[in-house]
Amino acid sequence: MANGNGNNRTSPERRPRIGFYVCHCGVNIAGTVDCAEVARYVGTLPGVVLSRDYKYMCSDPGQELIQKDIAEYKLERVVVASCSPLLHEHTFRTAVEKGGLNPFFFHMVNIREHNSWVHTDRAEATAKARDLARAAIERVARHKPLETKRVPIKPVTLIVGGGIAGIHAALTLANAGKQVILVEREPTIGGHMAKFDKTFPTLDCAACILTPKMSAVGAHPNIRLLTYSEVVKVDGFVGNYKVTIRRKPRYIDEEKCVGCQDCISACVFKQPKFTDEFNEGLGKRKPVYIPFPQATPQVVAIDSNVCLNFRNGPDGSRVVSDKCKKTCVEACGDRNAIDFTQKERFEEIEVGTIIVATGFQAFDAKRLPAYGYGRYPNVFTALEVERMVNASGPTGGHVVLRDGKTEPKTVGIIHCVGSRDKKTNRWCSRVCCMYSMKLAHLIKEHTHAEVYNFYIDIRTPGKGYEEFYNQLLDEGVHFVRGRVGEVTDWAITPEEEGKLVIRVEDTLAGVVRRIPVDMVVLATGLEPRSDAQEVRRLFNMSCGSEGFFLERHPKLAPVSTFNDGVYIAGACQGPKDIPDTVAQAGAAAAEALSLIDKGYVEQEPNTAFVLEDECSGCKSCIPLCPYSAIQFDDARGKAVINEALCKGCGTCVGSCPSGSIVQNLFDDEEIFSEIEGVLAYE
Amino acid sequence: MNKEWQPRLVAFFCNWCTYTAADLAGVSRLKYAPNVRVIRVMCSGRVDPQFILDALAKGADGVLVGGCHPGDCHYVEGNYKMLRRYHLLKRMLKDMGIEEQRVRLEWISAAEGHKVRQVVNEMTEQLRALGPLGLPQKFEEWDREVERLAADVHAREAADAAAACAGRTSAEEVTHA
Repeated sequence: MANGNGNNRTSPERRPRIGFYVCHCGVNIAGTVDCAEVARYVGTLPGVVLSRDYKYMCSDPGQELIQKDIAEYKLERVVVASCSPLLHEHTFRTAVEKGGLNPFFFHMVNIREHNSWVHTDRAEATAKARDLARAAIERVARHKPLETKRVPIKPVTLIVGGGIAGIHAALTLANAGKQVILVEREPTIGGHMAKFDKTFPTLDCAACILTPKMSAVGAHPNIRLLTYSEVVKVDGFVGNYKVTIRRKPRYIDEEKCVGCQDCISACVFKQPKFTDEFNEGLGKRKPVYIPFPQATPQVVAIDSNVCLNFRNGPDGSRVVSDKCKKTCVEACGDRNAIDFTQKERFEEIEVGTIIVATGFQAFDAKRLPAYGYGRYPNVFTALEVERMVNASGPTGGHVVLRDGKTEPKTVGIIHCVGSRDKKTNRWCSRVCCMYSMKLAHLIKEHTHAEVYNFYIDIRTPGKGYEEFYNQLLDEGVHFVRGRVGEVTDWAITPEEEGKLVIRVEDTLAGVVRRIPVDMVVLATGLEPRSDAQEVRRLFNMSCGSEGFFLERHPKLAPVSTFNDGVYIAGACQGPKDIPDTVAQAGAAAAEALSLIDKGYVEQEPNTAFVLEDECSGCKSCIPLCPYSAIQFDDARGKAVINEALCKGCGTCVGSCPSGSIVQNLFDDEEIFSEIEGVLAYE
Repeated sequence: MNKEWQPRLVAFFCNWCTYTAADLAGVSRLKYAPNVRVIRVMCSGRVDPQFILDALAKGADGVLVGGCHPGDCHYVEGNYKMLRRYHLLKRMLKDMGIEEQRVRLEWISAAEGHKVRQVVNEMTEQLRALGPLGLPQKFEEWDREVERLAADVHAREAADAAAACAGRTSAEEVTHA
């Protein structure tokens, strides 16, 4: 019975000549695994004509060694035991191919990530390496020659997210002459950076450096800008993605609107009345609005939730009521840009590569009630203050208390709100120290207030950042080391009366201090967007445990994802500042560009095929394929797999009752031989 | 075996989530039980129940299958297909008298290196507590038993045949008499 499996075909009559190499990886492997012993043992296995241990197999001499041995020892198969195949399988396949063999006459054994790095006992780790190597020898003897197939790349890139990352990536690609489709969910591109007043450490005006790039995106002939739109579905694979985009109705014909804003002044609401999201709720806007003066595209939008021309429909959605006088339409005149009949539309586009740059969301300060945000009016978030110091912001550039007129005389900035905290987010948000100091400088400049920074550690790892910190110290900004316990309005001395009191343990002085201030600024951290999980699923990416999108490799593939042709850039991958974001966006654009210019991708030949003689025509495989790659040939009564559609998961193979579907690289006898190999007792 | 008995755990990890998670465990230098032997497949949907039965038959004390979390499968829904088979297989294993903890399906995402450690350690300890499954030895034992039985039956048949032959002779003799 143990050998009675019908699928377990007999071993080949003649064993091919196998060469085996075990890599020391310096001491990474050799420190835990006795490589010489593994090489000695594998040398005794049937078919192995050469078994070596070598310091660094992935080095040029290591690869040349394989090529030389293939010729000298007439090797027909090669096995390398080293790191993860996800890292170097391609390297060794190429080496084997250069040696004159089919690149798939190779198998890799993972004895670093799966062995030497995770085990401590040398004898156990060596035994495990032997077992895994034995399995690979058994398997490789059964490998068949295969060919990779080439898939053409559509020379169009989809960029999701119109923040500085998306903008930079779009311009890089478009300037290289490639077609770009940029999708942004808000009515304008610009993202978080558009809300900033100045950028650290140079204190150059954010709008002055961002808005020219925004206009360039809007005007670029190679960029198609889809604002107020969201990606809802992604099908296909690298080179040929079919993406469905939901175009939300903005009730304005983007082609006809010239951005004159006459409709805004003509609106029946004489005064702005509704919360202005762009100004973090500090200002008001009308139902017809443009988020900020330099918005791109220069097209207004109508908010159907508050516009008088809409009413609640039976299903809760907003429908046109035509009750309003529509002074806006009148003002628009023969431009005829306002169109209340607009409906949500779905558009399908075809692209070859995708860059996801969906950014971050700021930590919700209400989650830390001890700091009193939402309870004490004069507790602000950093983004609110950012809008206040901005000359085109809701207060015209004046830093004032919630009453809208009083300038604060003392300001306390609390660092690490929602960062480095087991109760909220454990990670460091990287930018808060720097933006807090920037705000400290700007508040001092605008109000001459005394500014206190409450920090755990000052983190200034960037070009010119430490110098900026020193500049702040010279400017007389106070720094108190300690995590703030609470913000309270409970005064216990006359000078605390009417103020907010920050209670903090000053860990340098070793005392608990109470510092009364007029205004508290919370330096909220960066976190993944609340819908990051849905976006991740949409693009078939992975997330780290904290919820940011996971890169394929932190050092070697920092903007690639596990889904080929999908790249990530900016703060959706992890908290980062503008220079790093732009650098990453450039990298993502370069990755997309290299795929497009190559023109094709080579795909793993791990597709499945049906053994026609053995197929009983039961059709059980057909509904299992998520890509509809299996068709039923009625004339012959057999299932047929379309190789071009097959992605190589092997689900149909695992389910075929008659064992008549074979997956290249993972066929039954290869896997059964591997099972036998890892379990063979000595 | 001179050495203390060690459980043998065979694992089938999908390329995109669990295999990558095991790589992450390595890069993070998380330490776990060295009893596991990982076989890489592209998708947990590729795992044929025969692989699991074969591993047990060839001497594994337990089998672990790792796939992407529901909804996260690189191939849309291969992991669901594995889940269906897993439930059927569990019933069959129960009927075969194989303890439930010996076969386990886990969803482990590429970010969950710690979960690889936790699951492998947990399973190794459970298998240690259960003791060896020892199917190859049992097969040998059963084969011997069948051989013994066959020999026994054969001997008895031979004896019966001899007796019948002897009986017939005597009866014939009687008739002839």
